[in-house]
Amino acid sequence: MSLQLILFILFGTISAISSVLMITRTNALISALFLILNFAGLSGLYLTLNAQFIAVTQVIVYAGAIMVLFLFVIMLLKPEHEKYFSHQPKLKIFAFFIAFIVFIQLVFMIFVSHPSQGNNANVAASVKAGTIEEIGKQLYTNYVLPFEAAGYLLLAATIGAIVLAKKKFE
Amino acid sequence: MLNNFQEFYNIIPILLIGAGFLISLLIEMYFKKSDVILPWFTILIFLAAGFHALYAVNSVSVIFQNMLATGGIVNIFYIIFTFGAAIVALLSIDYIKKYGTYFGEYYILLQTSILGMMLMAGAKDLFMIFLGLELMSVSFYSLAGLNRKRLKANEASLKYFLLGAFATGFIVYGIALIYGTVHSTSIDMIASRFYELSSDKLFIAGILLFLIGFSFKIAAFPFHMWVPDVYEGSPTTIAGLFSTGGKAAAFSAIIVTLGVLFTGRIGNILMPYLAVISVLSMFYGSIVAISQDNIKRMLAYSSISHAGYLLIGLAAGNSFGVAGVIFYLASYTFMNLGAFGIVALIEGKDESNLTLKSFSGLASRYPLLAALFSIIMFSLAGIPPFAGFFGKYYVFIAAIKSNLTWLAILGVLSSVISVYFYLRIVVLMYFKDAETDLKIDVSKTGLAAVIISVLLVIIIGIAPGTIIDLIAFFFK
Repeated sequence: MSLQLILFILFGTISAISSVLMITRTNALISALFLILNFAGLSGLYLTLNAQFIAVTQVIVYAGAIMVLFLFVIMLLKPEHEKYFSHQPKLKIFAFFIAFIVFIQLVFMIFVSHPSQGNNANVAASVKAGTIEEIGKQLYTNYVLPFEAAGYLLLAATIGAIVLAKKKFE
Repeated sequence: MLNNFQEFYNIIPILLIGAGFLISLLIEMYFKKSDVILPWFTILIFLAAGFHALYAVNSVSVIFQNMLATGGIVNIFYIIFTFGAAIVALLSIDYIKKYGTYFGEYYILLQTSILGMMLMAGAKDLFMIFLGLELMSVSFYSLAGLNRKRLKANEASLKYFLLGAFATGFIVYGIALIYGTVHSTSIDMIASRFYELSSDKLFIAGILLFLIGFSFKIAAFPFHMWVPDVYEGSPTTIAGLFSTGGKAAAFSAIIVTLGVLFTGRIGNILMPYLAVISVLSMFYGSIVAISQDNIKRMLAYSSISHAGYLLIGLAAGNSFGVAGVIFYLASYTFMNLGAFGIVALIEGKDESNLTLKSFSGLASRYPLLAALFSIIMFSLAGIPPFAGFFGKYYVFIAAIKSNLTWLAILGVLSSVISVYFYLRIVVLMYFKDAETDLKIDVSKTGLAAVIISVLLVIIIGIAPGTIIDLIAFFFK
């Protein structure tokens, strides 16, 4: 058993268990902390799959920035209706239904449809594609227009947020 | 070298708006008279981009490593977006001061939203569709809630944001499934493998999710719930932009991505979905609009039913249908901007004069406004000499050519229903006495914008053949 496989199983177990713990906690704060653990496990999975850039982004963006936002919102709102979910059986059934559809779709994708067939033949190329160097090269050659468009998107979002939040009325 | 220059020449519309947006930021920051300069600068940018797109309509090319297309249909969409936006900017000069909030950012966000639409219409890659959609939507969310003091504006902005983000989620999920089956985000790759993959369940699920997401954006029936509230809450000029530019951009994205379905080379497998939501939107919009008392809500329901007519053209699945849809979008853009423009002119401070009562007896006091509004209402109802009639005509003919006569008949029935609520306003204006003491200062720029859109509606109505021939030429 290679080290990679052992690490894959380890990280996979961490993210599976932490996600189950996340949805079964009643305290929203503890749920959010388990979500961070889940993200950390996922980024470990990405590392074992040779996607270093995505792993680092996962830690910085999700486990870092987004989770801080989540925690702020939870602390500011002080969820007093935390039992809301368990008192609403319809909501629970709906959630189970959606989760079931996604699960079926994933099972179908992995075991029936084989969408990755023929795509992962060139292992060396896919290993190379995960490095930051290669991503940077792609970003500034083939994907330069989406890159610029994303810049405009961020600028427009910043302007919109500032207009809505900061402008003083006379 | 010459080749590079040609590519540069072809994307001038996008470069103009991209650069104009940055210059507008500087104007807003450094000029004391920015509230006078900025609107006219915005209009200049839009007109320059629009006329360039019109002039370079024949220079078809694909640039940026197969990311962006120029020329042909793409330029026709550019013309619709930029001229529509120029009319919106002209309408806004006085309206936005009357509405109570002048911000330079209004015009800046207007430009970014148009840039997003143009990126969507020209996209050759699902990345570009997504980024263009988000650029447009983010600008729209902030434009809707520009006036924080009004509860309704806040509601509109938040509702649009939450439901828009939900729709984007559908689109991204769809893109993920499409990428999973095609192994590429390039639209050309998707088109070339469409037939082979049309039996793949995952691929079809991806395409359907993608379409459901865009059904939100075009305001089709089961996904329409945001439309009336958002149109009512946002500034009237901006509601005009949502119903024209936003709808045209979403249709352009559908046509660009699934274009292979609509050129008749392979069967239109999405026909059942498109036909069903088209019938539902037409009838729902037309019937509910009858009971509306607020003119903006009425126009919102009319916008839902127009989404239904437009979907008939896509359900027909032949090149006449798509050409008809683009023609319809062009005529719908100008007539709806005219309608929202007149509502913006009549609207008083604090959202007064928005009920149908304010329109009764309008003809005796403001004969010009009443005449212009009647032309627009006739056109929206689809009465012959105006642009609206020919839009519906081309779309219905395309449906009949694809043996979807039942769909065309249902479309005609629904537009007969819609005649009732459009012409009711004309009757109120000409044959009733005024119920309210209506006093308005008709803004000159606003009136000019309305007159321009009415003239465009009449011109498109007089010479529909030239325009439809130009559009159909690019489908050969």
